[in-house]
Amino acid sequence: MNFKKNVHFSENLPRLIFGATAALTILSLISIFLFLLISGVGAFKEIGIKEFFLGTNWNPTSFHTPSWGIFSLIAGTLIISILALFIALPFGLSIAIYLSEIASPKMREMLKPLIEMIASIPSVVLGLLGLLFLAPLIAKIFHLSNGLNALTASILVAIAALPTIASICEDTLSSVSLRFREASLALGTTKWTTIKKVVIPAAGSGLVAAIMLGLGRIIGETMIVLMVAGNSRAFPHSFLDPVRPMTANIAIEIKEVVVGSLHWQGLFAIGLTLFLITFVINLLADILVHRRHSYEN
Amino acid sequence: MKKIILFFTILFIGIFAFIFLTQNQSTTPKKESLVIKGSDTEVQLVSNLVEAFLEKNPGADISVTGGGSGVGIAALLNGEIDLANSSRKMEDKELEQAKNKGLEIQEFILARDGLSIIVHPENPIQQLLIDQIAKIYKGEITNWKEVGGKDEKVILYGRQSTSGTYVFFRNFVVQEDYSPEMLNMEGNQAIVDAVKADKNGIGYVGVGYVKDENNQPRSDIKIIPVAQDEKSEAVSPLNSEAVKQGKYPIARPIFQYLPHLPQKNSLLERFLRFEMSEQGQEIIKKAGFFSINEEDEQKNQQFLKNIK
Repeated sequence: MNFKKNVHFSENLPRLIFGATAALTILSLISIFLFLLISGVGAFKEIGIKEFFLGTNWNPTSFHTPSWGIFSLIAGTLIISILALFIALPFGLSIAIYLSEIASPKMREMLKPLIEMIASIPSVVLGLLGLLFLAPLIAKIFHLSNGLNALTASILVAIAALPTIASICEDTLSSVSLRFREASLALGTTKWTTIKKVVIPAAGSGLVAAIMLGLGRIIGETMIVLMVAGNSRAFPHSFLDPVRPMTANIAIEIKEVVVGSLHWQGLFAIGLTLFLITFVINLLADILVHRRHSYEN
Repeated sequence: MKKIILFFTILFIGIFAFIFLTQNQSTTPKKESLVIKGSDTEVQLVSNLVEAFLEKNPGADISVTGGGSGVGIAALLNGEIDLANSSRKMEDKELEQAKNKGLEIQEFILARDGLSIIVHPENPIQQLLIDQIAKIYKGEITNWKEVGGKDEKVILYGRQSTSGTYVFFRNFVVQEDYSPEMLNMEGNQAIVDAVKADKNGIGYVGVGYVKDENNQPRSDIKIIPVAQDEKSEAVSPLNSEAVKQGKYPIARPIFQYLPHLPQKNSLLERFLRFEMSEQGQEIIKKAGFFSINEEDEQKNQQFLKNIK
């Protein structure tokens, strides 16, 4: 007699809980966006969109008149992101190809969790290692007097993003149908040719999605860049210049601002810009993944 | 059925635990507490003072955190703390914001600090003029040979804009915006660490950071004596007599700010009086700072007299 009621309850409760959790996630995304927009939009009005995005001097606490241009900060973020991607990409892709195509299943089972474990290194620890070992090394190699620059930061950020890229690339490569490989090998090609001409093109959009997700991780990284990028305000001219990425700038200055002031709004406007950049990147990644799924079906 | 019983058991335990914990909190007598925040230059000193103070006043709850003077003042204005450490004077703009928020800011002078100019030990520079330091940090002098050093690029190390030392040094020494090339470091210690590793580096830090644990000048950095102009003699910030007499050109008072006048005999008042006591001043000297001069003391006494 009780049985029917039980099923009803145990079926509906989880559905309710999971549904509510999913709704909550979406709700929080929307409210974060709205919060950033409401907090930051005043800055655009007061500063002017053109000066905000194209001015190269960000100095809200200037000795003279404050200046509000974030172009140097955007340049800092871009230099680190591009450089870090260039470093992480070959490594991530090689690891993925090795794991999915070359390594024995036993080896793969052992290596994959190990690589994913890199993701569990707190970024403050990576930053500290960079400060103590990598920065002096970079200074020595390039004959600089210190190693606090974009290159040092990029290498560390690349390490932080490596597991994301490697792991998702590996998933995509492994999910390429076995029939493709068999067909290719049946035509008498070598394993390398199969990888190069069949597996990678078949996984193409998925790989791009993995890279995009890695890029999202790279752009959002704060602690590492705060510690080793040097944070000088000058517009960077080479990858050996110190840079001040947007994330580091927010982290440094948010502590000193009075809630509601123009400086506070300006920092939220930077946050909004950052949010939109990562949002677009993640969206592109998502679209590519879905396109790939529809190919397969 | 079992699952439902388990679910409700956990739910009830959770509710009881919650009630128990919250009740427990409200029944314990409220401790006297102080939240202090601000200047990184002052944070170690004030922690030492709090430690000594708590030995005499056990049971009180005082927390001290850093972050920079700007951080402390912002927290004071946002109503988050009881006392803000600041190595710079509060600006008119900030005082006005405080007024609008209904605060009656009170100023207390904690100690005097000789801001030290430091370079790498291998740097041959023997002394610098205030004007030269200003030009270096403005970015007008970019090579060490222009001030009598080697033919090498000057690497500037400074604090972040959250720092009172950053603001003081800019307003009183540089008197212009810092060169954008300056590397912005997290704290005094970060500047010391960077300069000791960088042969071409120059940095400015509170005098408390150029001495080791035995109160001796550190050997891994070089402290540069500073002269007001070409006619005057260069003075080291380690010369405490000179700093006290005002002969060292980059000496400054360091402050603590209160949101209101404290209540008579409150924990805050007792703590401020302790800081001014002989024992307090002894701790200040031990931390490498200098005790307040007579003028400062008069100002403090005036402020303490207003507490009713």
